[in-house]
Amino acid sequence: MTHAYPTKVLYIDLTKKSFYIAERPEIFARSLGGTGAAIKLLQETCPVGVAPCAPEAPIVFSVGPLTGLFPLASKTVAMFKSPLTGNLGESHAGGRAAQAIRMAGFGAIVITGASDLPVCVAIHGSKVYFRDATSLWGMRSLFTAGSIIRAAEPGAGVRSIMRIGRGGENLVSFGSVTTETYRHFGRLGLGAVFGSKKIKAVIVSGERSILVEDKKKYRDLYDHIFKAAVESPAMKKYHDLGTAGNVKTMQALGAVPTRNLREGRFEHADSLSGEALAKGYLGRRLACAHCPVACIHIAAVREPYENEPYFYKTTMVGYDWELIYALGTVLGIGDPEGMLLLIDAVEKAGLDAISTGVCLAWATEAMERGLISEKETNGLHLAWGDWRTYLTAVEHLVTLANDFYRTLARGSAYAASIYGGAEFALSFGGNEMPGYPAGPASYLGFLLGTRHSHLDNAGYSLDQTLLKEGKRLSAPHIVDELIKEEMWRQVLTSLCICLFARGIYTPEVVRETLAVAGYEFSDEDIRAIGREIYREKYAFKIAHGFNLDTLRPPDRIYDMPTANGPFDRAFIEEGLRYAKERITAIVS
Amino acid sequence: MKIKVVDSQRCVGCQLCMFACSRRNGIGGLSNSCIGVKSAGGMSKGFTVVVCRSCTNPPCARACPLDALEKRPEGGVRLRPERCIGCGACRAACILKAVFWNEETQKPLICVHCGTCVKYCPHGVLELEKTEVRS
Repeated sequence: MTHAYPTKVLYIDLTKKSFYIAERPEIFARSLGGTGAAIKLLQETCPVGVAPCAPEAPIVFSVGPLTGLFPLASKTVAMFKSPLTGNLGESHAGGRAAQAIRMAGFGAIVITGASDLPVCVAIHGSKVYFRDATSLWGMRSLFTAGSIIRAAEPGAGVRSIMRIGRGGENLVSFGSVTTETYRHFGRLGLGAVFGSKKIKAVIVSGERSILVEDKKKYRDLYDHIFKAAVESPAMKKYHDLGTAGNVKTMQALGAVPTRNLREGRFEHADSLSGEALAKGYLGRRLACAHCPVACIHIAAVREPYENEPYFYKTTMVGYDWELIYALGTVLGIGDPEGMLLLIDAVEKAGLDAISTGVCLAWATEAMERGLISEKETNGLHLAWGDWRTYLTAVEHLVTLANDFYRTLARGSAYAASIYGGAEFALSFGGNEMPGYPAGPASYLGFLLGTRHSHLDNAGYSLDQTLLKEGKRLSAPHIVDELIKEEMWRQVLTSLCICLFARGIYTPEVVRETLAVAGYEFSDEDIRAIGREIYREKYAFKIAHGFNLDTLRPPDRIYDMPTANGPFDRAFIEEGLRYAKERITAIVS
Repeated sequence: MKIKVVDSQRCVGCQLCMFACSRRNGIGGLSNSCIGVKSAGGMSKGFTVVVCRSCTNPPCARACPLDALEKRPEGGVRLRPERCIGCGACRAACILKAVFWNEETQKPLICVHCGTCVKYCPHGVLELEKTEVRS
């Protein structure tokens, strides 16, 4: 039987400015692709004890067997050692990267070494070019750098440009990588790893075909998935308002992290709601390649020039719930325009929005409590809602303006270890909190997830389900549910399916799509692959310093009531103790 | 029949039309697509959809040195692959850049206006228009 899964891995050595292509069919045959392939390649190439920004530390990009074949298989998985947490860095992005990597002929790309001067690595089909990026380094706006690269490189329409801004260049631990202007490998600091290797951008393009054996089955199954995607109410929600539609849901749940999670409801939530933003600002919707949903929402912000009458500039700003949380509610910003301009500044700087917002929220509270003063903040008086001052703070942060900002650039947990205030630094295992704190399952999920996303182990949806059913579960029971779900979702992320489409890619659909791609797997075989990937990721985390014994949530979570009723420290600690037993058994 | 771009402002850049075109022959990927969607100078500016306009006096056919492109009575052309040597003259002649190229076979990709792309555009960008046969 012919198989339609990728087999080639592109290895790039930046120190030698060389590359080679290896046939690695066994990786994709056994681990599917995406998360599964990436963890295998990371284990092979990332030595224990290596510093995240050392030349030897690898960057792995991978795609899956359904990429380019079926809709909604639109994600690229990146794995690396995280400069923020020091252990497993895993970040997924949409845009066109996945299609471009597959269409260039690869299942994965592994980059090691470091360049002596800034480079753009351009991968066009099976050829790799190293372009001098000296003139792009240090450029203030990531948008400008993007448009210059667009004009200089071929492959318009079928390419991806994964680039960093000053955040990554200056090795901010939560510097991000942007692709196609509005999608990101946002979390855990891939941008800093790019920066340490002097990679300004990785450009990928290609136009291959993928041959399948059973063409009729392929077309029928495609139509089934396509129909489900365009008719599903969940997908309509993501199309109409995007994840910004969650503002109202979260407000009703009392789960809008407000002013550094001191409150769970924000008095200005209505002005930041998906409905209000769409009405007042929505300028365009975008989709990732091969996704009919188009959940990406872009606001058009029209600003007058102060000294010139009738002259305006229009800025196009991508927004979604996580940004509304991180650069809006958690900073007490209720002015939608102010929030959008702050999002724009963070975007142009190439910083992870969530970590940036949470770090600034910690700094604001630390200032209120007198742990830091204007001496530290370079003269800024940080105050809830004052987005203009936050704009300057972002600039100080990305330029590492002084010792305080250099410290803050290593994350809120590190900053709190120097200045105090760990109890209100919203950091979980060294990573700033995602915007879905709906209850104890969410928090346990943030602590125990092998990635960073609430979507990987579904703690947030478990909290919501329990709330709906009026049920409470013991902490160990929650942990069991989280681990079970995360194991299954390793299958989805190994197929690079957007987790918004998890309801469409049921185990049965997954089995059938895999059959079209040439795999003969039973449901149990597929679940076993998920369990194995989970085990490998945890083994990597533990080998690289992740410690379940020292894992603690910030005390702040115990002060904030959640919709699922009160829970205390003993509850979370019981969950963590049980998780340690289970995870130790899984890994050993 | 003729593919018509009715409102490129509605295009979200999902490229489902491109994948659909490749899939006509049951092939995945993008090497076979006769329609192209690219950003109009960055994602923030929206998209340009490029597809054959089925010209009645097609420059691509006039440029072909080997008569591999046959004029269709309703406009546009049909490729006779057995005559085509992949010289690329047709591609150079099309100002719309609507003659796409298969890098794997090194031959042009010519839209036959079958309407598959229209069927898979969920956003109302494309339409299949009836054309009269012009003599």
